[in-house]
Amino acid sequence: MEEKAKDIITDEQQEYIINIGPQHPSTHGVMRLVVSLKGEFVLNVEPHIGYIHRGIEKMCESLTYPQIIHLTDRMDYLSAHINNEAVCLAVEKALEVDIPDRVKVIRTLMSELTRIQSHELFWASYGMDLGGQTCYFYGLRDREMVLDIFEETTGGRMIVSYNCPGGVMYDLHPNFRKRVKEFIKHFRKVLPEYDDILTNNVIFHGRTVGIGPLPLKEAIAYGITGPSGRASGFSCDVRKHEPYSAYDRVKFNEVLFTEGDSYHRYLARVEEMRESMDIIEQLIDNIPEGPYAVKMKPVIKLPEGEYYQRVETARGELGVFIISDGNKLPYRVKFRTPNFANLSVLNHLVKGFKIADLIAIFGSLDFVIPDIDR
Amino acid sequence: MRSIINYLKDIFWGVMSLLKGLKVTASYFWRPGAIVTEKYPENRKYLVMFERCKGELIMPHNDKNEHNCISCGICQMSCPNGSIEVIPKTIDTEDGKKKRILDKHIYRLGQCTFCGLCVKNCPTHALAFSTKFEHAVFNKALLIKVLNKPGSQLKKGVEQ
Repeated sequence: MEEKAKDIITDEQQEYIINIGPQHPSTHGVMRLVVSLKGEFVLNVEPHIGYIHRGIEKMCESLTYPQIIHLTDRMDYLSAHINNEAVCLAVEKALEVDIPDRVKVIRTLMSELTRIQSHELFWASYGMDLGGQTCYFYGLRDREMVLDIFEETTGGRMIVSYNCPGGVMYDLHPNFRKRVKEFIKHFRKVLPEYDDILTNNVIFHGRTVGIGPLPLKEAIAYGITGPSGRASGFSCDVRKHEPYSAYDRVKFNEVLFTEGDSYHRYLARVEEMRESMDIIEQLIDNIPEGPYAVKMKPVIKLPEGEYYQRVETARGELGVFIISDGNKLPYRVKFRTPNFANLSVLNHLVKGFKIADLIAIFGSLDFVIPDIDR
Repeated sequence: MRSIINYLKDIFWGVMSLLKGLKVTASYFWRPGAIVTEKYPENRKYLVMFERCKGELIMPHNDKNEHNCISCGICQMSCPNGSIEVIPKTIDTEDGKKKRILDKHIYRLGQCTFCGLCVKNCPTHALAFSTKFEHAVFNKALLIKVLNKPGSQLKKGVEQ
């Protein structure tokens, strides 16, 4: 009799394990979360990755340097241009090429536009994850203007493939300046609407304030970069600390908060859109004249050695590590992707919170799954 | 007493924040100009794409059915995923020399990732992107295309 009672008790205390994904709308891609629950509370989360693994790093070993660039579009597809830029900067660093000012400014402008459209999509999808369907329509509506700018200049909407070692593929479209100014004017007007709809909403506050706090020490220990890290007070903006392209000639603030909860991770991204607009406004009227690319050799061979370049994508620090043996193909390419590092903290953050908060925390870290799997 | 007042205050400001959001969404009823819906399949006839839009790879031909391709194979080499295959053939010219000309320029649309390296690297500007973006077909074999038109020739004056 006593034993039976014990069994019942242990049955009640047993963990209840469910799968979220791989085809779940709130994982924004193909990722499986194995969640152990006790009642409604999360005990443990185990992310199972690899559903969209394509072996990009291995593929790079059989491609020449200009060919690698189009693969990096497919890692973090929302910051495609910044990924392209990272590889180009690494190759240019290795070859010690002087890049014209015009190229630097073009790259910076495009990077910031990429950042804005990425954060807009974050805003849209985060709102939808937490039950605000309207956000999704408004976010995508404004993002469309940036995508049009990309399409006019580069020919691609998300997958831009605009960089090449030594510069960019084509010159800016004559309409570029006009369209960007139109967009900034429109977006300055619309951003307060975003605040009215979502940032100041009482339900949104209830779902995010104090949910999944990440102290500064742990953010550094886990290597959380990007807006998620800066929400915890980790000053990790590569644009500020190790300026590349034209970031050394613009003035902007690094958005820093100390709370580190879901709400501030969200807020850091919204504030970053404002900073990005400031950067674009500083540069758009003084794009220097000159060539849009340096003439490179038809076959690019890097001198033997190891090269590393880091850039700030919309989600954090992307590092490109190339080992060259002097051939036209790289010996090894390694991408330090921000999403993979940020994923490691998920289990730590959600412990003790409810399963609905798991969605809020997962959304606030803003994952792009192909970037995790590569 | 204070807690009750705070409780009511919370309710009041909560409702206010919801109304503020609703005001934004409601304002769009009076601003139909701000709505940007594209009625895609209906507006197909007058839909204008951007000129640089990477729809699919084409080989422009002029009125005399002439193209610029000298079958050098640079596009094939620069393509990262093997979607281009250039098949040359050799012919005897009038003055008795052998000449390498294009037989078939095969383009596999299903494999293409639209990186644009072929167009950029082409020395004679023989390739371009068209803005046609509706690629859906019922048969996979239709995605393998021959870009040079039947009976087409190399344009005179394009250097080999």
